[in-house]
Amino acid sequence: MADVISYREAVAEGIAREMRRDSTVVCLGEDIGAAEGVFKTTVGLFKEFGPQRIWDTPISEQAIVGAAMGAAMTGMRPVAEIMFSDFLACCWDYLANEIPKARYMTGGQVTVPLVIRTANGGGLGFGAQHSQAVENWALTVPGLKIAAPSTPADVIGLMASAIRSDDPVVFFEHKALLAGSGARPPDDHVVELGKATVAREGTDITVVGLASTVPVALKAAEQLAGEAISVEVIDLRCLVPLDMRTVLSSVERTSHLLVVEENPYQGGWGGTVVSVVADEGFEMLDAPIKRVAGACVPLPFADALEAEVIPTVDKVTEAVRRLSAY
Amino acid sequence: MTKGRGAGGESAPEFVQLLTPDGERIDKVTGADGVEYTVDFTDDEYRGLYRDLVVVRKLDAEATALQRQGELGIWASLLGQEAAQVGSGRALRQQDMAFPTYREHGVLYCRGIDPIMPLSLFRGVDHGAWDPNQFRFNMYTIVIGAQTLHATGYAMGITKDGKVGNDDGEAVIAYFGDGASAQGDVNEAFIWASVFNAPIVFFCQNNQYAISEPIEKQTRVPLYQRASGFGFPGVRVDGNDVLASYAVTRAALDHARHGQGPTLIEAYTYRMGAHTTTDDPTRYRMAGEVESWQARDPIARVRAFIAKQQIAGDDFFTEVDELARRESLALRERVLAMPDPDPLTIFEHVYPHGSPLIDSQRQGFAEYMDSFEGSSH
Ligand SMILES: Cc1ncc(C[n+]2csc(CCOP(=O)(O)OP(=O)(O)O)c2C)c(N)n1
Repeated sequence: MADVISYREAVAEGIAREMRRDSTVVCLGEDIGAAEGVFKTTVGLFKEFGPQRIWDTPISEQAIVGAAMGAAMTGMRPVAEIMFSDFLACCWDYLANEIPKARYMTGGQVTVPLVIRTANGGGLGFGAQHSQAVENWALTVPGLKIAAPSTPADVIGLMASAIRSDDPVVFFEHKALLAGSGARPPDDHVVELGKATVAREGTDITVVGLASTVPVALKAAEQLAGEAISVEVIDLRCLVPLDMRTVLSSVERTSHLLVVEENPYQGGWGGTVVSVVADEGFEMLDAPIKRVAGACVPLPFADALEAEVIPTVDKVTEAVRRLSAY
Repeated sequence: MTKGRGAGGESAPEFVQLLTPDGERIDKVTGADGVEYTVDFTDDEYRGLYRDLVVVRKLDAEATALQRQGELGIWASLLGQEAAQVGSGRALRQQDMAFPTYREHGVLYCRGIDPIMPLSLFRGVDHGAWDPNQFRFNMYTIVIGAQTLHATGYAMGITKDGKVGNDDGEAVIAYFGDGASAQGDVNEAFIWASVFNAPIVFFCQNNQYAISEPIEKQTRVPLYQRASGFGFPGVRVDGNDVLASYAVTRAALDHARHGQGPTLIEAYTYRMGAHTTTDDPTRYRMAGEVESWQARDPIARVRAFIAKQQIAGDDFFTEVDELARRESLALRERVLAMPDPDPLTIFEHVYPHGSPLIDSQRQGFAEYMDSFEGSSH
């Protein structure tokens, strides 16, 4: 038991570790206390830290994030939960205009070291307003950092960095990954923000993923290995800072690039990744760059239809086969 | 007077009640807003309300069962809130427009919408296929509080259209929960409705919980009292009393349709079940509390009243139970027979006439689907 932890438990564990080492860390959000989170991602926190540090709030996303900003100005490190990432839209002023501009507009005199955690993405059939992958929304705003882990160890390691960071960090916990599990990292585990990792080594084609699309890419790679196509899978882990060095050095070896992202093709983060490769790595490429992304439609409620909108293993294997034919 | 939520015994402020939990009829009562409330129903109408309450509860139980059996994605049960919904729903005139949350299955029923519609929504067959204009019942709104602003804008719109200001004027009702009252949107809706004197009734079902958070986490004053700060009347009604819920809503709607502006109604009730089928309320509330509300059941009191007043006999109650059973069985059969949606529908209705990017994605997807035809799939 000790060496395995679920993604869901890792969220609470990651927060708890930081709360133990730093008394300025507090959590606020809807149903995070006695109920321990609607996704069970804050289990044990209320018991251990009590109402002084775990604040159940009224239903008001603006107040949660706006007040987190104010609390951060006093030197606290608030960890604010927005239950579904879709509801980041309800507090967009604070995300787009207030929080990311605080340091800039005070000439570096005020920092707001806060984390906004949120359950992101589809795959559970929650419909158009509870299933969106919206990491690309945050990507449009300079001043925010963005973490989106795919493994329990990275949840803990990135949570540590996010909470310790003096920059505001939007921390995307993927709903479809919550039930999965992986190795429990050691006590002092920290993953630096902005460092991608090679999740699987390969030589023929580079597949870049984030959060939910990493396991999809890994499954596809496994299948393709049987067809003698060697796929290298890169887990970006963060969108800001964006680790293009790891991507470019992989493409240098494989000369093929496929990006797999859950957010819609239109405005998706993959557009940023491929534009950098087109700019700085064009000569390395032997084939066009491809993106497997969400369709440009709202997410349907039916599970079967939802799978048609977001990336699947089949879509990735098919795209890889086409690319490797070049 | 009925006591407040929970075992603490903290007493709730008075509310408008016309039928006690024991089925005693109170002739008339004056609310905190100074209005005198009463109802004048025929025996037939009393029987009709009872029938609605029983059928609505039964259909809701069927939906919960279907979800438990994996036939629906999720279900937000209205158990315990039947009177608030049937009372207010029956108070609506045909021309009135309702803006629901995700829990207003009872109001939907009163609007004459086929009760299978919300089930097809939560089965993922469509996104709620009723026509909001035809039934004057908007789509379910799940992002908390948003519908109060839609309703306010709608109310401003009908005013500009000259549909307000007389006996046959139109009115709007916005449903929301106690938790939603904390949203900025809801407070903005109050302000707008007030300064534009919009013909709207804000109908808050205070079912004592927002998922796990009890009402004390949302407010320090009784919710209906908030209205005065925004400049319009507020009234608390026994939300487990279908007669009072009807009387108060009818009066507020008439007030609105005559161009006299908004009202906030707080229907004081209790969510007897889980928040939704994904929730387990035993984690955050005591069984004793639920039991104390069981004694205030909205249906038992109407039945007691009908029996006492000899408005109907045992045959009638058996008949209604039988009707509810038949309707829920039919609902179940129809749900199970619903066809899966065509995958290509995912590209529909994003824009009225498509868009270049969607059209090409649609075409690619159609080709991809065709590639399976005749294959081993
Ligand atoms: C903007 C937004 N924030 C959070 C949620 C998640 N959520 C769904 S229902 C709910 C509680 C609503 O409580 P209340 O308004 O009292 O209505 P009830 O469900 O009790 O009928 C919450 C927080 C949401 N759907 N939308």
